[in-house]
Amino acid sequence: MSKEKEKVSNSAAEFYNSKETIDGDIATINFGPTHPATHGIFQNILKVDGEKIISSEQTVGYIHRAFEKLAERRPYNQITPITDRLNYCSSPINNLGWHMTVEKLIQAEIPKRVDYMRVIIMELARIADHLICDSVVGVDTGALTSFFYPFQEREKIYELYEEICGARLTTNIGRIGGFERDFTPVFHTKLKSFLKTFPKAFSEWDSMLARNRIFMDRTRGTGPISPERALAYGFTGPNLRAAGVDYDVRVMHPYSSYEDFDFIIPVGVNGDTYDRFMVRQEEIRQSIRIIEQAYGNLPEGNYKADVPDFYLPDKADVYNNMEALIYHFKIVMGEMEIPRGEIYHSVEGGNGELGYYLISDGGRTPYRLQFRRPCFIYYQAYPEMITGQTISDAVITLSSMNVIAGELDA
Amino acid sequence: MLSNEDLQSQVEALFGADILHSEINFDILSIEVAADKIHSIIAQLQNDEMLRFEFLTLLGGVHYPEQVDREFAVVYHLHSWKHKIRVRLKAFLPLSNPSIDSITDLYPCANWMERETYDFYGITFANHPDLRRILNEDSMDYFPLRKEYALEDATREDKDDRFFGRF
Repeated sequence: MSKEKEKVSNSAAEFYNSKETIDGDIATINFGPTHPATHGIFQNILKVDGEKIISSEQTVGYIHRAFEKLAERRPYNQITPITDRLNYCSSPINNLGWHMTVEKLIQAEIPKRVDYMRVIIMELARIADHLICDSVVGVDTGALTSFFYPFQEREKIYELYEEICGARLTTNIGRIGGFERDFTPVFHTKLKSFLKTFPKAFSEWDSMLARNRIFMDRTRGTGPISPERALAYGFTGPNLRAAGVDYDVRVMHPYSSYEDFDFIIPVGVNGDTYDRFMVRQEEIRQSIRIIEQAYGNLPEGNYKADVPDFYLPDKADVYNNMEALIYHFKIVMGEMEIPRGEIYHSVEGGNGELGYYLISDGGRTPYRLQFRRPCFIYYQAYPEMITGQTISDAVITLSSMNVIAGELDA
Repeated sequence: MLSNEDLQSQVEALFGADILHSEINFDILSIEVAADKIHSIIAQLQNDEMLRFEFLTLLGGVHYPEQVDREFAVVYHLHSWKHKIRVRLKAFLPLSNPSIDSITDLYPCANWMERETYDFYGITFANHPDLRRILNEDSMDYFPLRKEYALEDATREDKDDRFFGRF
């Protein structure tokens, strides 16, 4: 036995119980950083015995962009575009979560209509996020068709974003205090048609995978985690619920009037890839339920809160009204008067509890802004989840965990 | 459900003089404790049958260059799902020796968050299993989130436009 091999065996001994070695040699494989199966820039240095993973070591930070440092230099309204680039599969949730954090600090009273509009947008974003994640699990198990189907539906969601804010991926949606405009007539038409056609298209796609023998054989028991370990590793979101813990920020600390809606928090049993997939699929159905309720009961009222210090006035007012002109100038120059304080606010993001820890010293920019990036925290569990599994299992475990490189590396 | 006031009185009864300061800041109870007590206090909060702060939400650093001998703060957010309540713990550290006990043995998920705090602030965590930089490259020789490394001032006027392709 060579020295190198001996070293590996010793460090991996507690994980690696199998006595037989497949080809008698331990190889080191670089899985990533630019590997077609990682769907993002992740590096995993795997020690493998044949096909079986003995240990793995992660490297993160390939696309680190110093968001927390940048945020210390930017006025509050200019931080929204930074949040876009965290979990870019569901940017609207990040944007609106940030707006709600600032609103909590300035203690703005938000009209019910804004809450409901936000709920609709956030649930659309959740659907888009889960569609990507689940279709990628399909791809990694070899079902390429199931990747293309949901993209048609995601496209419709992106068109809805476009109607609201003009952007598709990095949305910068809404404003501190509400939205820049009400839902447009085209949005109403498109949302109605989406609500009508999506459930059917979704079940059709779902039926390709959910009870598919090959898919089930491939994903069940793959990359499992127990509820205790999931808790210890700070899991949140669908990954935690797949392990059987029913923690959801929308229910435990309702924000944006989530307490008004009737929906179910699906939980899994085994915490494996199949359960993570199924939890997300069910969450998509529940999101549709929430959107239907919110849209059906959309209250009358204003689409913005009455916070002129923070909300950019209408252009017509800026030209005709001195006060509006002053506010416009102050907001654009980042001279808003923000109270001192410390806030932690979190929302249920696409892949877990997305939190914002904000310290304001009353200046034009945050003194400190820390993002709780869910996948940065739960991705730590990955080596433990794939030890003893095969390389192809590691691929689908990674994709089913919904680790988004932008959020991981901030 | 436990209110912040109840939590405040319970925590004060539990730890007494170990709590240097506590206040309710918006919707969260914020407690300041001495840095050398942090491990035992968090362990007690985690294992207390009644309180059960079993989930570590967030761990991070803050730099206050003006506060002498209290330049760094390590901020912990714990969450009790039983009571649906969060608590914030703070420990201040001096610039001369920014070191605090690691809580990776209590919460494994603290591992990377402590590495991140080390990476950006240079705060070291005693008994951490693998304290290395995580997001920045290993050869970096400074701690970028410290306040002395200011980003460029957006309002400065002394920029030479020639260097930016604007004549």
